Amino acid sequence: MRRTETILAIGGAALLVLLAFLAPWLRFVLTIALAKGIAVLGILLLLRAGQVSFGHALYLAFGAYVVAFLAPSSPEALILMPVAMLLSGALGLVVGLFVSRYREIFFGMLNLAISMVFYSLLEKLYHYTKGTDGIRVGVPRFLGMVLERDDFEWAMFATALLLALAIGFFVRLYLASPMGQALSAIKTRETRLEFMGLPARGVLLSAYVLSTLMGGLAGAIIALTTRHVTPLLGYWTVSGELVFIAILGGAGAALGPFLGAVTFELVRVYAAASFADAWQAILGLVLMGVILFFSRGLWGMVESLARKRA
Amino acid sequence: MSDVLLSARGLRLAFGGVKAADGIDLNVMRGEFLAIIGPNGAGKTTFINMTTGYLRPQAGTISYEGAPITGMAPRRIVARGIARSFQLPQLFTEHTVLENAALAIAAREGPWSPLKPLLRPAWREEARDLLERFGLSAIADARADALNEGARKLADIAMAVALKPRLLLMDEPTSGVAASEKMQVVETLARVLRAAQVTAVFVEHDMDVVERFADRVAVWSQGKIAALGPPAAVLADPEVQREVIGIERHAAA
Repeated sequence: MRRTETILAIGGAALLVLLAFLAPWLRFVLTIALAKGIAVLGILLLLRAGQVSFGHALYLAFGAYVVAFLAPSSPEALILMPVAMLLSGALGLVVGLFVSRYREIFFGMLNLAISMVFYSLLEKLYHYTKGTDGIRVGVPRFLGMVLERDDFEWAMFATALLLALAIGFFVRLYLASPMGQALSAIKTRETRLEFMGLPARGVLLSAYVLSTLMGGLAGAIIALTTRHVTPLLGYWTVSGELVFIAILGGAGAALGPFLGAVTFELVRVYAAASFADAWQAILGLVLMGVILFFSRGLWGMVESLARKRA
Repeated sequence: MSDVLLSARGLRLAFGGVKAADGIDLNVMRGEFLAIIGPNGAGKTTFINMTTGYLRPQAGTISYEGAPITGMAPRRIVARGIARSFQLPQLFTEHTVLENAALAIAAREGPWSPLKPLLRPAWREEARDLLERFGLSAIADARADALNEGARKLADIAMAVALKPRLLLMDEPTSGVAASEKMQVVETLARVLRAAQVTAVFVEHDMDVVERFADRVAVWSQGKIAALGPPAAVLADPEVQREVIGIERHAAA
């Protein structure tokens, strides 16, 4: 299955590049989908430990606002992204020290509560954040160059694709490592981990911080791509969307989040264009169909097909 | 080097009005197999829980190799060389038996690189060797939730042994194991633990197992040690026979 995953990852990346060539307007949609896929990879890590965060939009928004605040003084995209990622990870460490003490519904709700506090601050501190109007991100540079809009879109798409492949590869290694395996062990027998000398809280905290690094990076890519940052990025529905994508794509492999994210964004775009008033219902029906017929998400469906062929 | 590996002095712990430990004084000698017997609710598991850091005694001290460990967190106690197994086996049910063993080896060897797999060649080999010693090779690749009780018990203890402890506390290693498998399980255990020079304390309800494998036996009654000594002498004591073994024989039957 690992070989299938690698082939699918390379094939999927090639397909996305082809789509971006054939339908230039899709570049934007696919870049956002890849960014969300990166954020959902973080959600996947937490799902491995049996924990669901309903507040990870916090890190998406935080990463995006870091870009919005720093872009005027440092407009280099390749610096803004790692800075947003690291600052988001630092915030994730502070929040994680607190939330990693809790499990299940308490973990999920605490994340939600903290994200909504941040959302409120973004809305209320108008002097700094421009409230619901949001902040426009100026034209960023790429490798020191000021690119035309089309070229910049290509650069962001390529960057998001390369980052998605690299982080997906890292997550695959991480999940196979003792850290990743101990995450699954938290879900089944957390107490045993402690009696083996392992701090379960530390294992969860490290995964949490990784997930916030990914969330911050995703937020930075979204900010650089949309060039407009509003508090809505940190709203609870966006957190729900990340969990939705994780379930849609399946938590069985690092490819699942990207399958879910691309499907989600494409269904949303086409459903919104064709049925402007009912696109949420269509997304809901798609998720219901996947859960009913493929409880392990789209990746589970791919696995079943691969096994049948083998 | 002192012959006393673990020393408990004046341990007290009550749950409401029930005294689970009421002034427990006990030395565990290096290299011995010490059986703990007694009726349900006598405080046998509480002693294991206090020794391994799951419960903190309200009074008294526990020292291991001469250093106090009273009230330490379980993982700090593990780091000192004390491991435990559970009455209800605590396996990682989404993992295979081999992965369970490898996780215990990884726990001992940490910290880890997040880029190297759990089943790296050295740990895979060690896990396979461990499972072979426990007679579990045939089910190494089976998921832990698909095992029978005897295999689950052995896998649970194998994980504790993978930590390379000097003292192993086992809570009812044969409970739930079919009578036909019981002696085989204990013989396997005794062979592995003696070979690894592990001191063992085990709670047991089966007097045949106690007579055959324990060097000493401690009789627990209402949070106190009612008798302590070689199995032949202790189990022949009329009071022990009346107060404890009568119940034990009944429970075993």
